[in-house]
Amino acid sequence: MNISPNLGVNFAQDDMTQTSTIKVLGDFCDRLPHTEEYLTINFSPSTAPRKQRWGNNGLSADFLGDYFAAFFPGDKLPDSKIGKQETVKGSVSFIANELLENAMKYSQDSSKLPVNIALCLYDRQLIFTVTNHTDCREAEKYQTFVHEITTSDLDELYTQKLELAATGAEGSGMGLLIMLNDYDAKLGWKFETLAELPNVMRVTVMVQLEV
Amino acid sequence: MEIKTKDYHVWYDEGITTVFCKGFLRLDGMEEYQPIMDLLIDAIDLQVKEQQALTTLNLRELEFLNSSGISMLSMFVVKVREKGNIQLLLQGSGEILWQTKSLKNLQRLMPSIKLEYS
Repeated sequence: MNISPNLGVNFAQDDMTQTSTIKVLGDFCDRLPHTEEYLTINFSPSTAPRKQRWGNNGLSADFLGDYFAAFFPGDKLPDSKIGKQETVKGSVSFIANELLENAMKYSQDSSKLPVNIALCLYDRQLIFTVTNHTDCREAEKYQTFVHEITTSDLDELYTQKLELAATGAEGSGMGLLIMLNDYDAKLGWKFETLAELPNVMRVTVMVQLEV
Repeated sequence: MEIKTKDYHVWYDEGITTVFCKGFLRLDGMEEYQPIMDLLIDAIDLQVKEQQALTTLNLRELEFLNSSGISMLSMFVVKVREKGNIQLLLQGSGEILWQTKSLKNLQRLMPSIKLEYS
């Protein structure tokens, strides 16, 4: 599908925060085409510890999976024991959970800005958009990793990071690599600075999945 | 050797040298996966001690595993690889999407892994 940059849905946050884009990487589109079917969840900034809120990621991801799977009733897939509905459910649930886990893990709690996940359904595609706010140093590390993903051979990088993950290293980026390699998703990122919070960066991840 | 919560159940059946994982595993990072990792390592150590050549990991009822969990599996595979003389059999389900998508990638770490889908 072609994504027109100038019309349609815009899921930018409506918190009146002034931002300026500093970097867009990978397959990212600012304004998505119009769709009748979309769902957005905003998570308010919370003072509750991350561990206490962790279960909400899976709960929300499963809800999104079930919600969008309902648009594909009874579709069978050739050469597979898993039907279209279960495939959509499983893919959405896995990807949404990974995106939410990352967003919650790297959110700057003191900024008191929300985490947001939006899913849009098109003819042959589902597009996830997740936004969070993180401190500039984390965002820079993330940009370095994104650069590595977008410039390396995916197959080699996957094996290399799987070996790294096997050493127990945190932040190996396996979640994003699994989306790209195992689910054939396309990924894009937008990094923005906030005028009133110079140490905080708004990070938006976009995942495009063929369905 | 057993860990049971409302979301998941992991246990070792010594008689058939098999570790079973069942349920939904979405723990927060490697630190939270450590108790499960310890169970897996204890199971291999026991097998080495008893000179068992085959270890089986049965995931057929593991409905969900997040990427931290997949990292934990990769850690387990590398531990088995380091032992040198243990054959690893992964039993998965052809009806659970994440397993059909991601399990085969563990063979990147140890090509001799046998993968069996029900």
